Amino acid sequence: MNVELRERPQAAATPLSRLAIADCDIHPTRRLLADIHPYLSKRWQEHLQTFGLRYRQPYQNGPAYPKGQPQACRRDAVPPGGGKPGCDLDFMRAQHLDPNNVQLGILNPLSPSGQGFQNTDFSIAFCRAINDWQVAEWTSREKRLRASIVVPYEDGAASAAEIDRCAGDPQLAPHFAQVLLLSRTAEPLGNRRYWPIYEAALRAGLPVGVHAFGYGGSPITAGGWPSYYIEEMVGHAQCSQALLTSMVIEGVFEKFPALRVVLIESGFAWLPSLLWRMDKHWARLRQETPHLRRLPSEYVRDQVWLTTQPMEEPADPAQLRQAIEWIGWDRLLFATDYPHWDFDDPSRVLPLQVAEAQRRAFFLDNARTVYGTH
Amino acid sequence: MARHVIARVADLPPGSRTLVTVKGRPIAVFNVGGEFFGLFNRCPHQGGSLCEGKLVGLLQAREPGRYTYTRRGEILRCPWHGWEFDIRTGKSWCDPDRVRTRSYRVDVEGGQGLVEGPYVAETVPVTVDEEYLVIEA
Repeated sequence: MNVELRERPQAAATPLSRLAIADCDIHPTRRLLADIHPYLSKRWQEHLQTFGLRYRQPYQNGPAYPKGQPQACRRDAVPPGGGKPGCDLDFMRAQHLDPNNVQLGILNPLSPSGQGFQNTDFSIAFCRAINDWQVAEWTSREKRLRASIVVPYEDGAASAAEIDRCAGDPQLAPHFAQVLLLSRTAEPLGNRRYWPIYEAALRAGLPVGVHAFGYGGSPITAGGWPSYYIEEMVGHAQCSQALLTSMVIEGVFEKFPALRVVLIESGFAWLPSLLWRMDKHWARLRQETPHLRRLPSEYVRDQVWLTTQPMEEPADPAQLRQAIEWIGWDRLLFATDYPHWDFDDPSRVLPLQVAEAQRRAFFLDNARTVYGTH
Repeated sequence: MARHVIARVADLPPGSRTLVTVKGRPIAVFNVGGEFFGLFNRCPHQGGSLCEGKLVGLLQAREPGRYTYTRRGEILRCPWHGWEFDIRTGKSWCDPDRVRTRSYRVDVEGGQGLVEGPYVAETVPVTVDEEYLVIEA
């Protein structure tokens, strides 16, 4: 038998010497689905109550895979007043923002966000609701947090309209730090159907984050449906390689040289070998894609960042240093994934002696550069 | 090393756990079917609070499809990343030599003997007719 602990340790006071950090992946959620109702029209409230949430996937009763912990969350992140982990701003402050000295936190709502719904009109309405909900319930109450514009990404024009709405409203615009997509889309993200999203992000002056997961309707690996959750976790690296390759080869970065892309929660050590292979084949197959005028690695070097969590943990930390140096200390954005179970603790995540400037870049300065919050 | 009275036995029935502080160190104390175990309350991987972990059994398979499930309630899964620890030794199952948390012996002592000392019992008032949990640290 397991017993829920009623008493929780008090949040430790933040030591003055504790490094200020940016956390580029925080997951807020609602306490009840009905909490989203005020942000939906009556028409969509009724739809939600009648039909529920339907995704582009073959498993209608929930995710295809189990999670590492209940609700995919840290067991100690259930708020004392009840509700789902991530639904209580005060508890998030006490357990995470204050003790870990988070100066900038990027909100990435996932559950649910409206992204990837089977019903496109409902996806449009729900994404809009979640954007308004983030501002009303989170970023208006906590200045350290910035929201993400979630969009009905399978409809490029509707997505662009939602980005324009958020960025064009002087009351809303300052609350948003990026446009958010998920990694599993109906087609690879370089496809032109998604280009209106990139154009709108540029108009808004915002980077585009691509968070692992989502429901694209295809098997989650290139080889079909795997059996185990660990395969899904490892597979995010594969999925991000596919979408990044698509964005490079289709010419997204060539077409939009000011576009900034952040890959969230899919690892990073795979990036160097992917770029070696892309550069090699580009030199041989350039005629197939004449619109690429530079080495694939050069586009990525200039326009792509990656969040760190879940951190690579090689047995020999020297190999971690080498992987980071291949990518560049200026390309990685620290993230915890709070309150999810594979949370990375900022005090333990980087087992290396590094120069102060590199440590600051990794934990704070790169994020401020990408998200324009200097 | 000193012996510390941390709780009355009656306050920690089978299936329960508590978090105590001994000489400034947080220690998670568990009652598993009447046996008591103490673990340093910080996961050696990234620092999760082990006192909030789930106690499970030891699931093993000699080959795919042939499973054994033994030692019910003696494996503690960290509440964060799910690292598994043997509650008797503090060693992790996947990397027992490098990833291990300190385990503390927890003894049951009668109040009569404790009143005579020498014990440190700053927070638990001791009476002669009760039984107490004692940790050496």
